[in-house]
Amino acid sequence: MSVSSSSPAPLHLAVALDGAGRHPAAWREPGARPAELFTARYWAGLASEAETGLLDFITFEDGLALQSSSPTGSDERTDRVRGRLDAVLTAARVAPLTRRIGLVPAVTATHTEPFHISKAIATPDHVSRGRAGLRIQVSGLAHEASHFGRRTAPFADGELYAEAADHVEVVRRLWDSWEDDAEIRNVATGRFVDREKLHHIDFEGRHFSVRGPSITPRPPQGQPVVSASGAGEASYALIARSAEVGYVAAHDGDGARAAVAAIRRAREATGATAEPLHLFGELTVFLDADAPAAAARLERLDALAGLPHGDGGTAFTGSPGQLADLLLERRAAGLSGFLLRPGVIAHDLPAITRSLVPELQRRGAFRHAYEADTLRGLLGLERPANRYARPAARPAA
Amino acid sequence: MSSKPLKQIHLAAHFPGVNNTTVWSDPAAGSHIDFDSFIHFARTAERAKFDFLFLAEGLRLREQGGEIYDLDVVGRPDTFTVLAALAAVTDRLGLTGTINSTFNEPYEVARQFATLDHLSEGRAAWNVVTSWDAFTGENFRRGGFLPREDRYSRAQEFLATATELFDSWDGSEIAADAGSGTFLRNARAGVFAHRGRHFDIEGRFNVPRSPQGRPVIFQAGDSEEGREFAAAGADAIFGRYGTLDAGREFYADVKGRLARHGRTHDQLKILPAATFVLGDTDAEAREIAHEVRRLQVSGQTAIKFLEHVWNRDLSAYDPDGPLPETDPLVGENTIALGRASVRQFRDPLATARQWRELARAKNLSIRELVIATTADQTFVGSAATIAGSIDALVQADAADGFILVPHITPGGLDAFADSVVPLLQERGVFRTEYEGTTLRDHLGLAVPAPASTPAPAPAPVS
Ligand SMILES: Cc1cc2nc3c(=O)[nH]c(=O)nc-3n(C[C@H](O)[C@H](O)[C@H](O)COP(=O)(O)O)c2cc1C
Repeated sequence: MSVSSSSPAPLHLAVALDGAGRHPAAWREPGARPAELFTARYWAGLASEAETGLLDFITFEDGLALQSSSPTGSDERTDRVRGRLDAVLTAARVAPLTRRIGLVPAVTATHTEPFHISKAIATPDHVSRGRAGLRIQVSGLAHEASHFGRRTAPFADGELYAEAADHVEVVRRLWDSWEDDAEIRNVATGRFVDREKLHHIDFEGRHFSVRGPSITPRPPQGQPVVSASGAGEASYALIARSAEVGYVAAHDGDGARAAVAAIRRAREATGATAEPLHLFGELTVFLDADAPAAAARLERLDALAGLPHGDGGTAFTGSPGQLADLLLERRAAGLSGFLLRPGVIAHDLPAITRSLVPELQRRGAFRHAYEADTLRGLLGLERPANRYARPAARPAA
Repeated sequence: MSSKPLKQIHLAAHFPGVNNTTVWSDPAAGSHIDFDSFIHFARTAERAKFDFLFLAEGLRLREQGGEIYDLDVVGRPDTFTVLAALAAVTDRLGLTGTINSTFNEPYEVARQFATLDHLSEGRAAWNVVTSWDAFTGENFRRGGFLPREDRYSRAQEFLATATELFDSWDGSEIAADAGSGTFLRNARAGVFAHRGRHFDIEGRFNVPRSPQGRPVIFQAGDSEEGREFAAAGADAIFGRYGTLDAGREFYADVKGRLARHGRTHDQLKILPAATFVLGDTDAEAREIAHEVRRLQVSGQTAIKFLEHVWNRDLSAYDPDGPLPETDPLVGENTIALGRASVRQFRDPLATARQWRELARAKNLSIRELVIATTADQTFVGSAATIAGSIDALVQADAADGFILVPHITPGGLDAFADSVVPLLQERGVFRTEYEGTTLRDHLGLAVPAPASTPAPAPAPVS
C-alpha cells in the first residue's frame, strides 16, 4: 500500500462489546434493551451496526464468573448487569449473519483446554470464511478458580501469563496440525487424507502436554488472529510472544509510548520482529455533539450508578471530531489502531459508526469500503505458512 | 385394527461423520467441513419438520497400527460453535451436540449449553458420552486419567452438577427495570455449591436460565451402566438397534427401568441410529444398497475392520481371500485407537470362530464377510416401503423414532425429505407443521422446574 506523507496510513478500529456497555449504568439508558442481553437478536444487531461502520472487528468480552464490582469475589448488587453468554458461541452465532467484519471472542486461558479452544475458534473461522480471532485473557481470581476446583488461587501473574503463552502455542500448533491440502479424497487409493500432512504437535510444557492433531481441519486464515490486553510486564511478554494484536490502555500519549516501547522490546527478545504486531490503544468512549454534552451524560450516568465511573483515566468524553483528533495524535505513540469500548452501546456504538467513522474518512484516515474478506486481510497480515509443511521442492539453484 | 392410538414418530438427522458409512468417493459427496454443507443439511431437516439435527464427536483422530486412519472421512468442526452458527440459519430445528463428560468441566459445559439454548431460543440438546481412554486423554491438560469403570460415575456426577448449575437460576431473577435500577430481583442468582467425588466446586453460575430450563439430555452407550444412566436422567437415547427384535428388546429393557427411578414411559424417547437407501422400486433400492455397501467396505476397509477383532496387523491378507487362520490376539486392543466399535467385540476368539464358520458356510471372502456382518442399511426400499417399515417399528415399540444417518454429505437427506416424509404425514404419524418452537415441544417433553436447591450451607470437608 502506498501512503503519501500528507495522508498517513489508515487507522484500524475495533469495538469491545460487553453487556449494555462499559458504564455500569449503561443498561438504564434509552435504547439499551437490557432484557435482550441474552438473545441472539441483540448481538446480531450490534455486529451489523459495527459492520455498517466498516470496523475491523468486534470483541466479545467474557469471563468465567458472574460479573462483580469487587475485584476479589462476587457481590450481591442488584443494580448492575449480571450474567452473560459464552463469547465464543455468541461470535459463532453471529458469523453467518455478517459478511466482512472480524469476530474476536474473549477466551480465558487459565481454565480452558487449548484443544477445545483451538477447534472452537477454527470453526467460526470456517463458518465466516476467515474472520475469526480470539482475545486471550488470564484469571487469577479465587472465586473463578472455585468454579473449576482444579487449583487454588492465588496464582502469580508471571505464571498465569506464561501459561497463557503456552496455551496460545498449543492452539497455534493445532491450527497448523493439518496442512492446507491434507484432504485428498483419492478414490484410486481409497485415501481420504494424506496422513503425511497431518501432524502430532507433541507439546510438552509445565501446564500442558498435548499430542494432536486437531480434529478440525486448518481454518481458512491458517492462523486466526490472536489478541491480548497489555497491563504490566507479564502481559507485555504474552503479547510479544503470542499475539498479532495487543491492546494498550494508557492515560495519555506518554503512557502509550512507554507501553509500546516495552512491548516492542519484549518482542525483540523473542526474535519475532519480522512478524507484524499491531498495537491498539484501548479507550472507553462517551461521544456526543460536543464535550459539555458528553460530560453531562457521563455525569448523569455516574449519578445513576451512584459513583464516578473509574476507567483509570482511559475514558474519553467529547465529540467525534475531538476523538478523531485524539486518535490521530495518539497514534504517534506507535499505535496502528484502537479498541474502543462504548460507554453505552446503544448510544456510543452508533456514534462511532455514524459520526466518528465518517469524520476519520473525511480526514483520509479510515477505509471507505472493506478492502479484504478476511480479518488478517483487513489488518494487512499475511496468511502464514504452515510450520509443519515441508517447503515445496525448489528447482536447484 | 386395535384401538390403540397411533404413536407419533420422531425423526432426526445425523450429519454424516467420520465412519465408514459415509461414502466420500461418490461424485455427489460434498464438503463435510464447509458451512454451506451444514446449512444445506440442516435446512433440509427443517423443511422436513424433523425434531433435531445430531452431531457426533470424537476428540482425537482415529489411529490404527500406529498411523492416522485415512480410509474414512477425517475431521469435523467443533460441536458447540457449529451448532451456534446453525442456530442462525434455522428457526425450529433442535440442535443436539455430543459432548464428552470425561474431558470437560461442568461449569464450562453448562455455560456453553445454557448459551446455546439462549442463542437458539430453546433448541439445544446434549448427548452425554463417556469415552474415557488414555489415547484421547493425551489431547488434554490432565491426560488420560479415568479408569473405565469410573466413566459413568463421573458422567452421573457431571450431569448432576451441570443440572445444579442450570437450576441455580430459576428464571425469575431478571427484572431489567431501568426506571427503578433493578437489574436482578434476586441478589443471589446463580449461587451453587457442589461437593462430590469428582467435583468440588462452588460459586455463581453466570448464565441466566435458558428457554428450555435445561438442554434436552441424550445418552448413547449400550452397557448396563449406560442403560441405567439413561433411565435415571436422560430425555432420549441415541440407540444402536434398528431392527424389530433387537429394538423391542432394548426398548422394553430400558423403558422397564424407568419406574424404579420414579419416571414414566414417555419421559424417555428411544431413537436408534438408522441408515437408509431409497429407490424408485424396492428392487432398485436393493441394487443401490448393494453398491453402497461395496463403496463403504473397500478391500482395505475390510482388512482394517478385521484387525479390530484380531488385534494384529493383517495387511498381508487378501481381502478377496479367506479369513486368517491365526487367532486374534487376546488382551487390550492396541491396534485401533479412538474407536468405540472396537469395544463391541468383548470376546474376540468367539467372534473369530463365528465368522470363520459363517464364511465357510456361505463361501465368503474377507470383504464379503465384513459386508455381511457390519452395519447393514436399516431401511432399504421405495419410499412407500421405508415409510411402512419406520411406522411399523415405531408402532411395535421397537423405537419412538429414528436418527437418520445418510451416507452422503450434504444431500443425503433430500430424497427422504421429499418422498418418505409426505407418506408418513399421510399416515398421520408425523407432523406436517411444528406445533411448538423448542426441542422440548417437538419431543413432547415438559420444561423442567428448577429443582429447589436450598441455599448451600458451607459444608465442612474433612
Ligand atoms: C449409537 C451410539 C453413538 C455414539 N456416539 C458417540 C460419539 O459421537 N462420540 C463418542 O465419544 N462416543 C460415542 N458413543 C460411544 C459411547 O458414548 C461410549 O461408548 C460410551 O459412552 C461408553 O459407554 P458404554 O460402555 O455404555 O457403551 C456412541 C455410542 C452409541 C451406542
